Amino acid sequence: MASALLEMRGISKRFGPTLALDQVSLKVTAGKVLALIGENGAGKSTLLKVLSGAHRADSGQMTISGRAYLPRGPQDARNAGVAMIYQELNLAPDLTIEDNILLGQPGTGFGLLSRKRQRNRVKHVLARVGLDHLDPTELVGNQSVATQQLIEVSRALVSDAQIILFDEPTSSLPQKEVAQLFETIEKLKEQSIGIVYISHFLEEVREVADQYRVLRDGQDVGAGNIDEITDDQIVSLMVGRDVKDLYPTVPHQPGDHHLVVENLSGQDTPIDIHLSLRQGEIFGIAGLVGAGRTELVRTLFGLDYQSLGTVQLKERPIAASVKARMKAGFGLLSEDRKGEGLAQDLSIIENTTLGSLKPHTKWGIINLKKRDSAASELTRKMEVKAHSGHQAVSELSGGNQQKVAIARILHQDAKILMMDEPTKGIDVGTKAEIYRIMGELAAEGRTVIFVSSYLPELLAVCDRIGVMARGKLRETRQADQWTEDTIMSVAISHEAFPRSDEQHETTDPEDSNHADSEPSV
Amino acid sequence: MLKKLIWQLGPLLALIAITLFFYAADQVWGEGNFWSLRNLRVTMGSAALIAVPAFGMTIIIISGGIDLSAGTTLTLCGTVFALMLKAGPEAAPDALFAADSLSLTSWVLVAFAGIILTGSICGLINGALISSTKVVPFIVTLGTMTIFLGIGQILAKESTVYPPNENVPDWLSLCYTGKDAGKYLLPPINVSGSQILIPNSVLITVLLAVAAGLLMRYTVFGRNIFALGSSESTARLCGINVPLTILSVYTLAGVFVAVGGLLYFADVKNGNPSDGTGKELEIIAAVVLGGGSLSGGRGSIIGTMMGALIITTIRSGCGLLSIPNTYTLIIIGGIIIIAVVVDQLRHGSPEWFFRFLRCLTSVFRKEKNVAKN
Repeated sequence: MASALLEMRGISKRFGPTLALDQVSLKVTAGKVLALIGENGAGKSTLLKVLSGAHRADSGQMTISGRAYLPRGPQDARNAGVAMIYQELNLAPDLTIEDNILLGQPGTGFGLLSRKRQRNRVKHVLARVGLDHLDPTELVGNQSVATQQLIEVSRALVSDAQIILFDEPTSSLPQKEVAQLFETIEKLKEQSIGIVYISHFLEEVREVADQYRVLRDGQDVGAGNIDEITDDQIVSLMVGRDVKDLYPTVPHQPGDHHLVVENLSGQDTPIDIHLSLRQGEIFGIAGLVGAGRTELVRTLFGLDYQSLGTVQLKERPIAASVKARMKAGFGLLSEDRKGEGLAQDLSIIENTTLGSLKPHTKWGIINLKKRDSAASELTRKMEVKAHSGHQAVSELSGGNQQKVAIARILHQDAKILMMDEPTKGIDVGTKAEIYRIMGELAAEGRTVIFVSSYLPELLAVCDRIGVMARGKLRETRQADQWTEDTIMSVAISHEAFPRSDEQHETTDPEDSNHADSEPSV
Repeated sequence: MLKKLIWQLGPLLALIAITLFFYAADQVWGEGNFWSLRNLRVTMGSAALIAVPAFGMTIIIISGGIDLSAGTTLTLCGTVFALMLKAGPEAAPDALFAADSLSLTSWVLVAFAGIILTGSICGLINGALISSTKVVPFIVTLGTMTIFLGIGQILAKESTVYPPNENVPDWLSLCYTGKDAGKYLLPPINVSGSQILIPNSVLITVLLAVAAGLLMRYTVFGRNIFALGSSESTARLCGINVPLTILSVYTLAGVFVAVGGLLYFADVKNGNPSDGTGKELEIIAAVVLGGGSLSGGRGSIIGTMMGALIITTIRSGCGLLSIPNTYTLIIIGGIIIIAVVVDQLRHGSPEWFFRFLRCLTSVFRKEKNVAKN
C-alpha cells in the first residue's frame, strides 16, 4: 500500500456544546483522489478548516509525509503544501492572471518583482493545469468561472502544494466546464498530488474519486474504495438510515391553463418565450447555465426588464413590475440565497414576512404579535430548525435558510411559485423535503416553476419540462417523454442543428456573448 | 436569552459605567459637581443637540447609507432660522399673511416651518441624487456637504447672523440653561425638596425619540428600511420600492436635522453656517456608539440616544475634572473604537477574537518556557 501523504488521526473539535468532529481520521495518498462525503453540517467544512489551519483541533494528530503538521493559520498550511480551493473563488478580478497567481509569493529581494523569471514560473504552472494557451497578462475578471478556478489551482501549485482540497468545486460551474476541471484533476493525479474532493453530487464523486470517506454528525461512518460501494449505500451512510425515496412525490392533478405568457423578451435574455402553465402543475426549466433560465423567471417576476410580450393570469394581463406581479400571486425563490434571497442579518420572522406585512398592519401600525405568530406557524410547517424565530438567518444552515426563503413565498400566499435552483448546496434529506413541499403546493392547486441544472431531480419531480438554450425556450414535453440525454442534446444542439423555425438566428444578440459557452464537441 | 438582553442593553450599560466612573472620579479628585442637578441638566441638554440629528442619521445608517452633509445642513437650517427671526414678522410677504395681524409667535411658527422645509429639501436632494445616480451615499453627501455650506454662507453673507433678542421667544432661548422654571414647557417636578427641571430640548428629544422608535419598529416603512440596509437585492426581491424608500429615508432624516438646527440655534442664538463643519462626525459617532452598523441593517434609536449621552457625559465629566479639551478628544476617540470592537464581538463571528486570545496565551506560554529554560 502506498504511504500516506497526509494523515489525520482521531481529530476532534468542539464548538460550545456541539461536537463538530468526533475522532475523525483520514488518509490522503499521493496521486489519488479522496472524496469527502456528508450532508451539510456533517463536519466536512470543519474538517477542512482544521486541515487548512483556520481552526485548531481539540485533539488528534495530523502528519504530512510522516512529519507532524500543526498549522496555526492558512500561511502555515500553505508552507506545508496544503492548498484549498473554496466554493467561492478567491481571486482579485482586477489583477492579471500572473499577478493573481503570484499573490503572496515572495519577490526576488527588496520586495521587487522580476517579471521575466516570474512569468516563466507562471507559464509553467498554467501548463500543469492545462491552461498553456492562456495569456498571463489578461485580467482574471475576463475569464470564465472554470478558468478562474483553474487559475486558483495554479496559484496553489506555484507555492508547491502537495495536497489540494476542493470544496464543492462544481457548484459554481456550468455543466460543460465540469469536464475541464476533471481533466485537470486527472493531470494533477499524474503529478502525484493528493486531492481531497468534497461534493454533494454522487455521480461526480464516482467519476473523479478513487476513495471515499463519509461523515455524519461529525463522525466517521465509512470509508473505502469508491468502486466497492453503490450510490444507495453511500446515501444511507450519509443520512444514517435507508432513504427509500430520494424524490418523494405527492399526487397532484394539473388543472386549467391559467398563466399564459406570450412573446416575452427581456433585455438580452429571455427571447420570445411562449408558455402556458396549468394550475397544480410542476413545470421544470432545464438548460445550461447562461441559457437564460434565471433571467426568464426574474423577468416573469418583474425584477428584470421586460422589453416585449405579455403575461396573463386568468386572461388578465399583469403589468411588468415586482409589485404588480407579487399582487397577482407570483413568488420568486432566488438562486442566490445568501446574497439576494434572504437578508442575512435579519431574523427568521422578519425574513418570512418581508414584503407582505399588509395583513398584519392596521392604520399603518404593524401588529407584531400577529406577525410573529403567522411567521412562526409557517416556519413550523416548514420544519425550520432554530432556537427561536428571532434568530438571525445567518446562523442557520443552508437547508434551513432555504426553508425560510420558501416560507416567505408561502406567507406571501403566492399562487405561482418560481423556484430557481432551490436545492443548490442543500443536503439530501432537505432536498427530499423540498420536493415533497413542491408536490404539496401543486396539490393545493398552485403552479410551481422549477429551475434546475440537476436533471435527475427535474425528471423525477416535474410534470412537464421545458429546455432553454440561448435565451429561448426550445422544446417542452411531458416529463416522462424526456431523458437526461434528450434534454442535454436540446440544451446544446442549437448551434449544431439549427432549427428551421429560428427567426432570431441572425439578430440574436446573445450569439456573440455566448461563444464561450459553446459545447466542446 | 438573558445574555442577549444584556448585549442589547450594551450602550446603556456603557453609559452607566461611564457615569459611575466619572461620579467616583469627581468625588475623589473633583469638587462633587458632577452629580448636581444643574450639571445633569446641562449634560442632557447638550446630548439633545447631538441626539436629534443623530436620530435621522440612525435611520440613514440602518438603511445602509451615510450622510456627511448632516453637519452643514444643520447649521444651514440654523442660519435660515436666524435670518427669519432677524427679519421679524414685518418681512412676511403680504400676499401670504395679513402682515399687521401676524404676531411674533406665529412668525416663529412660520420660521419653524421654514427650517423644516429647508432640512427636508436638503435631505430630498441627497436622497434623489443617491437613488437616481446610484453613486454611493458617501460621495454624494460629501459633495452636498460643501454645497450646503456654500449656500449657507451666501445666505448669511459670509458672516454670522444675530437676530435681535426680543425676536427670540423665551421657550426657545431657555432651551438649555436659564433658571426660570415658569418658562419651561414642562412644570418642575418636586422630588424630596429639590426641583427637577426638564429642559425643553430634552422634552423635544424624548418626543422625537419615541416617534422615531415607533416608526422604525411598528411600521412597514420602518421594517423596509431594515431590509434595505441588510440586503438591497433582497428588498427588491420582496417588492419594496427601493428608490422611493431611499428618497424618504434621507428626506425624513433632513427633518430631524432641521429640528437639530433649531436646538442648535437655541443654544448659540445666532446663525453661523460654518459652525456645522465636523458636526456630522459627532452625529455618526453617536449612532455607532449606540450599536449602529455602518454596513447597514442594524441600529436603534434608543441606542443612539445612549451614544449621544455617552459623548456628552465624557465631555462634561472631563470638564469637571479639569482635564484639558485636547485629552477629552482622545478619550472620546478611544471609546468609539472600543465600542465598535465590542460591537463586532457581539455580532460578527468572534473568530478573530479567539485567535487573538490564542495568540496571547501562546506568547504567554512561550515566555513561561523561556523563563523555565
